[in-house]
Amino acid sequence: MYAQMVKSEGMKSRDEMSAEEQAFQDRIDRGEKIEPKEWMPEGYRKTLIRQIGQHAHSEIVGQLPEGNWITRAPTLERKAILLAKVQDEAGHGLYLYSACETLGVTRDELMELLHAGKMKYSSIFNYPTLTWADMGAVGWLVDGAAIMNQVPLQRTSYGPYSRAMIRICKEESFHQRQGYAIMMKMASGTPAQKKMAQDALNRLWYPSLMMFGPSDKDSVHSAQSMSWKIKMNSNDELRQKFVDQTVPQAEYLGLTVPDPALKWNEDKGGYDFSEPDWSEFYDVLAGNGPCNKDRLGARVKAWEDGAWFRDGLVAHARKAAARRTPAAAE
Amino acid sequence: MSKEWPLWEIFIRGQHGLNHRHVGSLHAPDAEMAVLNARDVYTRRNEGVSIWVVRSADITASSPSEKGPLFEPANSKVYRHPTFFDIPDEVGHM
Repeated sequence: MYAQMVKSEGMKSRDEMSAEEQAFQDRIDRGEKIEPKEWMPEGYRKTLIRQIGQHAHSEIVGQLPEGNWITRAPTLERKAILLAKVQDEAGHGLYLYSACETLGVTRDELMELLHAGKMKYSSIFNYPTLTWADMGAVGWLVDGAAIMNQVPLQRTSYGPYSRAMIRICKEESFHQRQGYAIMMKMASGTPAQKKMAQDALNRLWYPSLMMFGPSDKDSVHSAQSMSWKIKMNSNDELRQKFVDQTVPQAEYLGLTVPDPALKWNEDKGGYDFSEPDWSEFYDVLAGNGPCNKDRLGARVKAWEDGAWFRDGLVAHARKAAARRTPAAAE
Repeated sequence: MSKEWPLWEIFIRGQHGLNHRHVGSLHAPDAEMAVLNARDVYTRRNEGVSIWVVRSADITASSPSEKGPLFEPANSKVYRHPTFFDIPDEVGHM
């Protein structure tokens, strides 16, 4: 999940709602899509800006751990594939920023909030990618976890968000499969390669489980978001689904999920598994993960170093417009 | 004057001779860059054979509050659909 702990509003009972709010909730309950210019409660707008913005930031910051390996990919084909994937992440970020902007916030405002540390991105991208096997594990686990969350969000109530999700989901499956293909190659390679694959799984397993956000009993923002259909499933529900899907895939690779308590539970038809260390999760969110400073630093540097170029293009566009019609100069 | 790049709406014609269809929006300093960016953002998988870009500020949209007066009159005109008319089977396909 690329949006964690998105602050929502307190849930209102039907009696506490104004007539407008009741009509709005009825539209959502009927499965209608809400479109940008239509009336919406301020809390709905604000929560969506936080959520879609965080999601967009995650796509963009998510390019960094993988960008790290583009120049070091083992073959030209792997390099081309990784480049295509990282380019997709940029595209996904752009779809989501556009969706977010329909709610009345500008692109530059969103960038400034990210750079000032006032908006978050997913905690997962604050972990380092140490070996080539991490490219496999990121695609397989991180994109796998993202898909878990994004598929149901295609049905979200906000039209532009839903449309962005549909487009993203179409492209995301490539990401997971290319990751798993790397893992298959490594896991069936030399003992040293297999060890690298196992090591990547060991390091990324729990951070991937954290992507779904804290346990439902500690998730304070869910009820209102779920009734607004901007959150479709609970954190624990999606985490369980992810574990159930991923464990057999790890078995196929001949790798061991780093959880001694992992066990099939016949009664619930799913695996029992250990919770991640939530104190680590909160610590990473607070800015103390292994790579928080690097990631945000790289974003801010790219933004600042590119300022003269962005401004240059605007100056050029204005001059060209002025040459065409002198009256349009201002 | 703001240095923020203006917003453009992107329309793509797919492979099979259909109309250009709205696919989303993006920021670009001018129309030429908007076409180039649209190529990268919206046609990475052969989605199109032609791109239109229009500045979002130049689009006039109907307002959600006009929905009733604009679109409800069509509701009662069911005779505009061919299925309104019963044609006996003996007549054959029509």
